[in-house]
Order: sequence, then C-alpha cells, then structure tokens
Amino acid sequence: MSVFNQSRSNIIRLIFAGLFLIISVQLFHLQIISKKYKLQAQANALFRKSVYPTRGIIYDRKGKAILNNTIFYDLVVTPSQVKNIDTAYFCQLMNIDTAEFRRRMTGPKIKNSPRAVTFQDLLAPDMYARMEENLWKFPGFNLQERPVRIYPYNAAAQVTGYVGEVDSAILRRSNNFYQLGDYVGRSGLEQSYEKALMGQRGTEYWLKDNKNQLVERYQDKALDTPAVAGKNLNTYLDIDLQQLAERLLYGKTGAIVCIEPSTGGILAMASGPTYDPNSLTGPDKQANYAKLALDVSGPLLNRAIKGQYPPGSTYKPLGALIGLDEGVITPASGIDCRGFYYGCGEVRKCDEHEPGHAANLRLAIAHSCNSFFYNTFRLELDNPEFHSPRIGLMRWKEYVNGFGLGHRLGVDLPSEDGGNIPDTAAYDKDYHHAWNSCTMVTMGIGQDKMQETPLQIANSMCVVANKGFYYTPHFVRDIEGSPEDDTLLSRFHVKHQSVSRISEDDYDVVQSGMQGVVEIGTGRVARIPGIDMCAKTGTAENKQVIDGRVVRLRTHSIFAAFAPRENPRIAIAVIVENGGYGKDAAAPIASLLVEKYLRDTIATDRLELEDEMTNKNTMPRYLVRKQFKADSARAAEYADETGDSSRWLKYQTPSFRYMMLDTSDNSKSPLLANLRKPAPYKSALAERLARIRAQAAAQQRAADTNQQPSQQPIQQSPSGDTIVRRRSPRTVKRDSVAAPNATPSSPNTPVLKDTTQQ
Amino acid sequence: MSQRNPTISKGIDWSLVWIWFTLCVIGITCIFAASWHEGDNVVQGFLSLKTDYSRQLLFLVIAGIVGTFILLTDSKFFTATANLGYAFGIFLLLLVFPFHTRVKGTESIIRFGSAFQLQPIDLMKLFVNLALAKYLSRVETNFTRPRAQLIASLIVLVPAALGKLQDETGLALVYFSFFLVMFREGLPPSVLIIGFTFSVLVVATLLMEPNTLALVLTGIAVLAIYFLRKAIKRSRNVLVVIVGLWVVCVGVQRFVVPWTFHHVFKPYQVKRIYDAIGKDYVPENQAVEAALESEQKSSNKKSSSNNNNYNVKQSKIAIGSGGLIGKGLLKGTQTRYDFVPEQKTDFIFCTIGEGFGFLGSLAFLGIYVVLLMRIVTIAERQRSVFSRCYAYGVASVLFFHITINVCMTIGLAPVIGIPLPFVSYGGTSLLTFSVMLFILVRLDADRQMVLR
Repeated sequence: MSVFNQSRSNIIRLIFAGLFLIISVQLFHLQIISKKYKLQAQANALFRKSVYPTRGIIYDRKGKAILNNTIFYDLVVTPSQVKNIDTAYFCQLMNIDTAEFRRRMTGPKIKNSPRAVTFQDLLAPDMYARMEENLWKFPGFNLQERPVRIYPYNAAAQVTGYVGEVDSAILRRSNNFYQLGDYVGRSGLEQSYEKALMGQRGTEYWLKDNKNQLVERYQDKALDTPAVAGKNLNTYLDIDLQQLAERLLYGKTGAIVCIEPSTGGILAMASGPTYDPNSLTGPDKQANYAKLALDVSGPLLNRAIKGQYPPGSTYKPLGALIGLDEGVITPASGIDCRGFYYGCGEVRKCDEHEPGHAANLRLAIAHSCNSFFYNTFRLELDNPEFHSPRIGLMRWKEYVNGFGLGHRLGVDLPSEDGGNIPDTAAYDKDYHHAWNSCTMVTMGIGQDKMQETPLQIANSMCVVANKGFYYTPHFVRDIEGSPEDDTLLSRFHVKHQSVSRISEDDYDVVQSGMQGVVEIGTGRVARIPGIDMCAKTGTAENKQVIDGRVVRLRTHSIFAAFAPRENPRIAIAVIVENGGYGKDAAAPIASLLVEKYLRDTIATDRLELEDEMTNKNTMPRYLVRKQFKADSARAAEYADETGDSSRWLKYQTPSFRYMMLDTSDNSKSPLLANLRKPAPYKSALAERLARIRAQAAAQQRAADTNQQPSQQPIQQSPSGDTIVRRRSPRTVKRDSVAAPNATPSSPNTPVLKDTTQQ
Repeated sequence: MSQRNPTISKGIDWSLVWIWFTLCVIGITCIFAASWHEGDNVVQGFLSLKTDYSRQLLFLVIAGIVGTFILLTDSKFFTATANLGYAFGIFLLLLVFPFHTRVKGTESIIRFGSAFQLQPIDLMKLFVNLALAKYLSRVETNFTRPRAQLIASLIVLVPAALGKLQDETGLALVYFSFFLVMFREGLPPSVLIIGFTFSVLVVATLLMEPNTLALVLTGIAVLAIYFLRKAIKRSRNVLVVIVGLWVVCVGVQRFVVPWTFHHVFKPYQVKRIYDAIGKDYVPENQAVEAALESEQKSSNKKSSSNNNNYNVKQSKIAIGSGGLIGKGLLKGTQTRYDFVPEQKTDFIFCTIGEGFGFLGSLAFLGIYVVLLMRIVTIAERQRSVFSRCYAYGVASVLFFHITINVCMTIGLAPVIGIPLPFVSYGGTSLLTFSVMLFILVRLDADRQMVLR
C-alpha cells in the first residue's frame, strides 16, 4: 500500500466529518436560532379555543332584569360521523325537504369540515323539543348550547340595542381583538357598554392532529384561562314607566324621555314606532331585522336621541330666563297682545286672543303668548348693553348652550344627535350679513333654525327644575364589580352649571309660570290633582318634503315638564309627531307618565284617558306613499340585478297601485292597515276593573267562609258571582267602596265572570 | 482459521456490535414514540406483532440470529461467493421487470403473497459491495489503469442503472457512494472534485438568476486570469484552460441543466429537487403541469409522498420546534399527531429532533459518526485488500444513507426516500444493513488473514 492511500483515508474521514458538520449547522439553525418553526409548530398542533362568557345583565332601578340571557340550541353536525340516518324523517322534523338537506350536507361549509359545523342555528323551541327527543336516531348530529339575549319585558328595544355578529369594520377597529363569528353589541347600551357587558373571553388550549380534530387538552389545562362573565349594569330605568311610555306611544311617531333631575339618570326613553326586541334574538332574527330596516317609519331609529325637532313653545321658559338674567324683562313685564304681533312689520299670529293673557311674565308663560316671547327675544338680541344684535345673538347662544342645547349631551348611547342652535355665521351665510333681530324673531318661540332632540328638551327641563345645573343624562347608575371611580361613568358625575348664574328668584318666577301652564294655561289637561307640576306645551310646525314638494303637515305636539316643583323627581319631554297642539297628545301622555312615576299607579278616573291615548293613532298617511315608493324602487333594483321583473311589474299594475296607495277610510291597502293596526294592549281600564272585582270577590269569599264555615260550600256553581250578589248585600257595598266609579261604568259582565272563576 | 478458534467471539470487534444494538433500540423507541397513542397497552403492543414497533423488534431478533450465523461462517465463504452473489443479484434485478408490483410510485418491488416483499435493488448493495471488493482485491487488478477503473465503475453503475429503470432513483443513487471506495483504492481525486464542483454548479444554477450566475462565473474567470497572470505569461495553455472551464461552466449553467430538467427528469423529480432547495417549481407549460398532476395522482394511492414540499415543511417544523433540549419522548406535538408523513420510515429523524432537541440530535448523529470512524479505522487495519474495500463500502453506503436521509428531513437534500440505517422502520432495510455490518465484523475477526 502506498502512503498516498493512507492520506486518502483521512480525506474520507474529513468528508464524513465535514458533512456531519454541515448537518449540525443546519440543525443549529433550525432548532436554536430560528423561532419560526416553534411558532409554526404551535399553529400546527395547538388550537386556541375561545370560551365565551355570558354577557352581563341589565337591571332597572328596582332590580328587575330588563335584559337577560337564555339558552338556545344550535344543531351541529360532524359530517364524518353521519351514517345511515333516516333522511326523510330528519327532514320532516326539521321542516325542510330532502333536496335542501342534501344541498346543505354537500355544501362546502359542511362537506369538507372535519369538525362539527352548525347545520342550523338557534332552533325554535318546538323544533328543539322534537330534535332532542329523536337525536339518538341521527348519529353525527348534536345540539349545542348557545346563550342568547332575552327581553322579559319586551321593552326598551332602542335603548338596549341588539347584539350581532362582528363585521369587517369592527374587526379592523378592534385590532383583531374580536374574531370572526363573535357577537358584539351593535347598538344601544349593548354597544356603549360592550366592554363591561362582554366580560373576558377564556381560552382553552387543545391539541389537534393532522386532520384538525381536537384530540386532548394541552398540558393538562395549565395554560387555560377561564372565561369571566360580563358585568351587570344597574340602570336608572324604571321598566314599568318604560312599558307605559311605549304603550302610550303606540301608533304614533315620536319620542318620550324621562329624566331624574337630581342625577341625570334616564328613567324612561321611548321612541315610536318601536319593535319587539325579542324578534332580533331568536331564530328569525335575520328576516325580522330586514323587515324592520326596510320599514320607512323607522322602528330601528331612536327618535329620542336621533330625532331633531323645533322645540316650539317649550323653549319659552328658557327665553324668559335669559331675558330676566340679561335684565331686559322683569317678572312684571307684560305685553298687550290681542292675538297678533306687529313688531316686525309682518303680522304674526298668537294663539291666544284674550286681552290680558300676557299681562305679566307668569301669565305670558302660562298662556304661551307668542307676542311676548317674540318681543323678549328681540330685546335679548337688541340689548343696548351689547350695541349689536351680533353680540346679542352670540350671548344668547351662550346661554342656550348652557342649557345643554346645540351640542351632543353625551348620553351613554351611540350616535346621538346634537340638535342645532344657530350662530351669526349661519345667518351671515343665508342673509349675506344683512340681518337683524326681526330676521329670526320666530326663534323666540322655538322655531326657525332651532332644533332640539327630545333628550335635550327633557334635559333643559332638568336645568330649570334644578335651578341652574344638570348632569349629563345617562342610563347606567353603576357597573357591578367595577370600582367606584369607574372611568366609563366618571363623566356622568360632572355637574354642568354654566347657567347657574341666573338667580334663583328668576328660576322661581319662571317655575311659577310653568306651574301656571298646568293650572290656568295651555296645559290644563295635564293637571294631576295633588301634584305641583311645572310644564310647557309646545306646538312645532311640521313641514315635510313629499314627492319633491314641501308640504305643511299637522303640527308636532310637544310637552315638557317636571314635577313636583319642590324637590323635582322627574323631568319629561314628549313629542308626538303630527299630534296637533301640545295639549292634544303630548300633554296627556306626559301627565299620565308623571302620575305613574310619582304615584306608582294611575288613578282610576284617568284610566279612560290612558286608553284613549293608547288607541290614538297619529301615523301620518304619507308613510303609505313613502313605503310604496321604497318597495317599488327595491323591486326595480331587484329586477335590474336578477332580470326577474315579475315583482316590479306588479308595482306597475294600475289597479295594484291604486289599491296600495289608497288612503281613504274604506281602503284595503295593507300598507295603510299596517299603520292603523289597533294597539295590541288590553284596555287599561277594563283590566283595572277586572282586578278590583277579583280582589273584592276574593275578600268577600274569605269573609263568607269565615262567617259560615259549614254552611253552603262555595263550589255550588261556576257562576259564583250570582251567588255573591244574591246573598250578601254587605259585600256588594264593599265592592262599590273599593271601586267607586267602577260599578257604574262597567257594562261587561263577562269580565266579572272571568275573574271570579280565577 | 475460524476452525481453529471454535469460540465465535474471538477477534470480534464488540464496539460495532454494541453500536448496532444501540441504534436498533433507538429505532424501535422512535417508532414506538411515533405510533403509540395514549391509553394503548405497552406490553401488549410489543407482544402482539400487530404494531410497527413490535414488528421492528421481531426484525431485530431475526437480524441478531442472522448475524450470529454470519459470525459462525467462514470468512472465505464471502470472497468465494462474491461474484456468484453479484450474478444472483443482477438476476433478481432483471426479474423485477416482469414481476414487479407498483408500490408507492416505485416499480422495484417483487411481492410474494401479501406479507413478504423483496426489493432487489436494496439487497443488491451487499452483492455490489462484495463483488467490488473482490474485483479490487484481485492480484491481477491494477487499479491505476483506466480499464480497471472502468470495470469497477461498471460493477457499480449497472445495478444503479437498473434501479433507475425501476423508478427507484433514491436507492440507485446510493451506488454512487462506492466511488468513495474506489477513491481510497486509487481513483484520481479529480473525478471526485469534478463531480463535486459539477453538483455545486447545478445547485447554483437552480438557485440563482441565470444572468447573475453567468456574471459571477465570468467574474471568477477574470479573477483567476488576474491572479494567474504570471503563469499565463509563461504559458498560454493556462489561459486556454481557464477560458475552456469558463465556457464549460456557463454552458452547463445555460444549456445543460435546463435541457436535462426538461428532457431527462420527470416533472415530479424536478419538483422534488426544487422542493429540497426551497424554491417553488412553476411548470413551464400545460403539458408539463398535466404530467405533474397525473404523476401525483398515480402516486397518490398511498396518500403520501407526493407533496414533498409539505413533508419537508412539516419535518422542518417538527425538528425546529424541538429547541435545545427537545420536548421529551412522547411529548412531541408534531410527530405524535401525524403531522409529519412517513415519520416511521424516511422521516424518523423528526421524532428525535422534536423529542430530544439539538443536543439529542447531535448525540444521535454522534453515534453514527463514531460508527463510521470506527469502520474506517477497522478498514485501515485489515491486511487483506478485500476486507478493506468491503469495510469502506459499508462505510460509504451507511454514510450516504445517513447524510442524505438527515439532510432530507432538514431541507438540505431532495426527498428521495431512502431510510435511515438501523433506525427507520422496515424489515428489509434493517436486515440488509445488519447483514452488511455483521459480514464486516466477521471479516474483521479474521483481519490477520489475507483473503483473496
């Protein structure tokens, strides 16, 4: 053997060693330096499963849950486990045909999934019952719990809002905090307090195999974090008041806001028309939502914070306060008004004609004298102190802003509107700087460019009631389990008191005037015996653009009030669109609500008024035309997109058009019928009477059994009431005592019969 | 001589036997780790013969018995039967053509019934090794002469060619490792150097933009001319050689490689090569794409081995996630839940990489390094050329298998599907390597003897 061969053995060893070195370097790179593979391995084999906490509950001021959680069930299917099932029977249970079943099972969503997929979500209760009974027959199918919102009182839909799946915009905004398929609050309190209500998602780590099936828990749950349930909200809402407000607003467009002046807590907020909040949670939520969204009367709109109305005469107390503070009027100021105001060249009407109705400030407010407040407004602007109406207007605006008008109040609901209080710029633009106090004189009675939301009107009542300050109106009193100085709520503890420089005497004068409204003035219909209420009626001009023309419609009926005058507990604003004068619709409604809140019940002699208001329908007829136009436009769009013009052609048929658009009294139009639907409430009066009778009958029966325990058992007949009447006159007397005006005004014996059987 | 020493342990190198045993046990452990599931009965699993690890254990026992018989055999038997064995091997290889069964995309397997299958190309390594050793150790052979080198090359390359014809590229490539043996016996180093530079050039061609590479090559040539300017002044030939080399290199890069890839390799092979170097293979035209797809479909029957890119990625993830010390045996999330395909056979190294991390992998590879170095040492102490050549043959084949297999799992080599010696699951593979090793041990026991 030559020597060179010896060296070659070393070369071979070197080659061996060299390649192993290369391998070691690559291993070092893969295992030590690069972090990429560890992350990928986690993504491969670890599955982060989110555990959803139950959302927080919303309580009213008395601790009643107005928004709760219940369990619905999703039907889920694991495709690989489905074997030999009786498809026909399954379809029969599910109310679908076999073609639909096959379509769903072979659809891409289900067919290719190794894990359980939702076959149908949110089963209706009866379907759930059927499926649960028969589930064992369908291997691969399972029922999965799913918490769902429920509204036990069917009320406050626009306030609480609804939850829905996140959309891409929310996903982006949340910085990927939310995941596709998560549910979030989409409006109302659900949205405003999403952070508190949603709680903390928990995480479970699962190991999965190469087929993406979850195999076992990772590291024995060491890394798992439990889900923390959402925090409950305690609100100022009074659900009974809220229900009554919604009931009184039935068949009307408009809004009601009740605020507790001392705290700014909102007691009730209703917007008409409204909707059943439960319809947006159950199995048909999609269809229901579509129906609501397409309704031109806007049931999803919260008019209490989104509706902007000219405040009309409800502004007058504020105008008086500003005038008093600026010193341009005194409590004794008066004006000789005979129904017209001549001050600005043009003749302007005043609804009162009686001479002396505006002899002093108190009377002017009580009788809502337009002339007086035109004059006051002009005096405020042309105040000699300022030398110029420009400064006067800006000073005036400052005052008005101080009352919480002209800007968003910051209520804890999303997308509040701010109303409008014009400044000099707005008039400079419209009148090319050539304006004076006469140009905008109608602002003195809350018209012109002035716009307020019902919430702002109610809030301005709070200011007057509080004599100079208000707290930002809000719903939530506290969030359970949150520290006292919760940042979410801290802004509601700030006292806004920029108009508190107006002296208490001035407030007193104005309050007297407002009390006069109810006692001697325009709002006498709202008087509640025994309660000192301060109020102001309002009637706002209502112009709508219909088919391109400005049409003057029936005026909006407005009423703003607070009560009682000493230590006020409730401030209220009611707006009924197309309701006529303030006293026609808004005043009685407000009065009933105030009575309900302060007395907890409505006196029996006012129940007739309640029924009347409930059944009053002020839905404007132009909505028929508007709805028809919207529907036919949508049909045309549908025809454009799909080429199927059958729907659109229907809208072109003259007879169909005539039928649909007919708004005469014997119209068969379903659109009109929809607007004129009778209230789905029982008569309050009849109900109250029935309850009183029932109580009386029960008492009497108890008395009978006490008196003659062995004599004549009561089960003698189903018509116990006849026995009662016949046998004991004493109880009849007691009956009439309990309900003094019940017996004469109750013609309906069936009610009596029913109750005694209970 | 063995007749005079009735105890078989005489002269036996026990270190090799222990290394062999250690590797086999590691192999069974890895197979166990890859296939055992929570709740399975371990004892029953090992005794049932239904699980892969129990079968591998059985093969280990069989290999031990066969090894014992080999140790009892006379060393002269191997020299005497070397050529016969080679002829028998070629015969088996030829039998494959009419009798093969298509399994996992290869046509190199003969099946006897459903239980037993034979892959002659695998077995042939042993016969080639013996025959090559026999040829090189002949007194008449003068390996410095090209004729002898050519014959030796033919001994090696004929089975390789047959293997390639049977669509078993991976195992066919193994035969090239025998050139290391020939190198040791005097093959000019230029062969190895040229082979090496050529492969570097090919890889560079695939990785780099053609124009960039051409520029780089030109740059190298210019630099060479600059540094060798004195030599060039003395002799024009140097310049000619440099320019010639440059022309050849650019030619290879520009024409030969693309041509080969289009006309010689099948699309799936091209794809595998691209996968190995971490590039996406974009088929040139519809026909190639269709061919690639049909190839994937036909080899898809066993549900794996088609998507090698996926395999390599998963394998890298598994190994990379092991970190410094690994997740521990049976704790690997990737290997335990079947993310890595073929992880009991070709990709068994993943189990070690993930379970025992960088340190474990180094230790494991260390065992192989010790084994290879030990074999080289043993080779150099042989008196007979036959034993030395045979020992080098064993070392070369093992080396090729180990490096290519491990490189495959860590993304340094194309996936050609060759097992890790003694560790990968598979009876034939384990038996072949064991027999090769035990013959070496037997020959080494008689190292004082001169075998012809």
